[in-house]
Amino acid sequence: MQVQDIFKKDTSKELLSIYYTAGYPHLDSTMAIAEKLEQAGADFLEIGFPYSDPVADGPVIQHSSEVALKNGMTLPLLFQQLAALRSRVSIPIFLMGYFNTVLQYGVENFCKSCQEVGVNGAIIPDLPMYEYEELYQEVFAQYGISNIFLVTPQTSAERIRKIDALSNSFIYLLSSNATTGKNLEVGEQAEQYFQRLKDMNLTNPLVIGFGISDKGTFQKATNYAKGAIIGSAFVRLLADDNYIDKINPFIKSIKTS
Amino acid sequence: MSKYQVNEKGYYGPFGGAYIPEMLYPNVEELQKKYLEIMQEESFQQEFQELLKDYVGRPSPLYLAKRLSARYGANIFLKREDLNHTGAHKINNTIGQILLAERLGKKRIIAETGAGQHGVATATVCALKGLECVVYMGEIDIQRQAPNVARMKMMGATVVAAQSGSKTLKDATNEALRDWINNPVDTHYIIGSVVGPHPYPDLVARFQSIISEETKKQLAEKTGNSLPDYVLACVGGGSNAAGMFYHFLADEQVQLIAVEAAGHGVNSGESAATTALGKEGVLHGSRSILMQTEDGQVVEPYSISAGLDYPGIGPQHAWLYKSGRGKYVSITDDEAMEAGLLLTKLEGIIPAIESSHALAYLEKMKFQGNENVVICLSGRGDKDLDNYMKYFGF
Repeated sequence: MQVQDIFKKDTSKELLSIYYTAGYPHLDSTMAIAEKLEQAGADFLEIGFPYSDPVADGPVIQHSSEVALKNGMTLPLLFQQLAALRSRVSIPIFLMGYFNTVLQYGVENFCKSCQEVGVNGAIIPDLPMYEYEELYQEVFAQYGISNIFLVTPQTSAERIRKIDALSNSFIYLLSSNATTGKNLEVGEQAEQYFQRLKDMNLTNPLVIGFGISDKGTFQKATNYAKGAIIGSAFVRLLADDNYIDKINPFIKSIKTS
Repeated sequence: MSKYQVNEKGYYGPFGGAYIPEMLYPNVEELQKKYLEIMQEESFQQEFQELLKDYVGRPSPLYLAKRLSARYGANIFLKREDLNHTGAHKINNTIGQILLAERLGKKRIIAETGAGQHGVATATVCALKGLECVVYMGEIDIQRQAPNVARMKMMGATVVAAQSGSKTLKDATNEALRDWINNPVDTHYIIGSVVGPHPYPDLVARFQSIISEETKKQLAEKTGNSLPDYVLACVGGGSNAAGMFYHFLADEQVQLIAVEAAGHGVNSGESAATTALGKEGVLHGSRSILMQTEDGQVVEPYSISAGLDYPGIGPQHAWLYKSGRGKYVSITDDEAMEAGLLLTKLEGIIPAIESSHALAYLEKMKFQGNENVVICLSGRGDKDLDNYMKYFGF
């Protein structure tokens, strides 16, 4: 599926995206979770590749990364697991992780592997705009891989415009300046900021993440944005022995109106 | 500007930059835009110089160690950063950064610390200025370094245990960065070494450059020549070395020798010899040389010296190494401990184990008899007595 499609067609639809860490809770759980999430109705996914020093993450995703690394997850192994991706899962998939892992794999090699297995894009929080533009934009474009930028309440309007110009699938709007997994109130201030972004009429759709954990926060976020991302709240669910059976009710609890 | 200094984009050759998530961008950008301007203000310089003189006790002496010189057959000068208030060079940087934080209007200070030296130096300047201070320290280090934890607490700092990952310096740094992400407006992060996103490596090196600035003057007074043949300093992240090298970088005839910690031996699997074992990578916001697995996971380093126990080096050091301007070598635990004891017996100075690594390299050098050698004695050994006692059985 072309990633741009889900953001364009059926414009009234609110998109639910789920983040989880590859190799957690088990080394080989990556594909099974993706399939189950698609069946349950998730619209697109972010699959995290673990890193030893995830500075943008709170305790839940830190823990999942640590366990995944202990289980033996690596980027080459993840691409092996994803080899059958497009025969089993059709919704858009983004890989999310830290830059050093990509650098060691080779940035071009990374883009090439993404293209080969059918991954649509990447979210690399510590790859800054300047470095992306100078060094890597071309190779991402060459392999048709979208690079997703983050925007926070502190990001200036000028910078947001530039991010919009460099993006080609969606912009990841952080509900607050925070690490992942904080239980945030989407309060008046956040709503004002979402409104400000909405009023900017950016070319790329907005997807809100960080602090989205349930139906209430999902609905609030999608009042202003095309979609919202749930990470830590979902990863927490995976700690359960019966996690596969919990996925469907979790997604349904958020998506049914 | 020398080719070994940072360029306008924040790079030293291919190293440096600001590899940070967007959440840190406004804070880092603010620093990038303002640090040079603030540091050049007259009121800043006046207060900085005054505090260095009256509070830290600068200039630190340059001491010709006669008995040590006789042993090695060269004129060996020790730059006595160990005589600074709080016992190490770390205070030069924290004094500078607290004045910077004040002028940026920040109310809250955070810092990371390994053995606790930078934590103590940060808690000290926060007490001096009456600012809130939170120090992140690995849970394991908190147990190993109880006296420094007590010092920080006495000065009013809150010491928070970093419980993630390996629970040491690298993880304390991660926690401090996470704190900064979650407190984007009122907080300044005082990084203790020449690491982190641009402008930190340059900022910290500038504050530490007082070491080489004084050395040049003192050496000219003592020998009639401001340039020595060799300059030696130990390197963990590399802040004392960055300060010790700073004003000698353009003087290519001066040989710069950076001494890393080899732990139990470079190939023992328990080492912190970053240039020997690492490869190019990104950690804590900058591109540098990093000890890591093939898959890009950061490897936990080992050294008997907690101050050298870091898996990377500052980006300027990576550049000095790669460009060949600096010679990067390593010294094992055993060699360092012997060198520490030797200085104590010959000169009556107990060095920090970090500094002992630089001293130990003298054993491996060959002198003609008349060379001038400057070694940065970055810290005093009081904090290491426990280690010395255990090692030698005193």
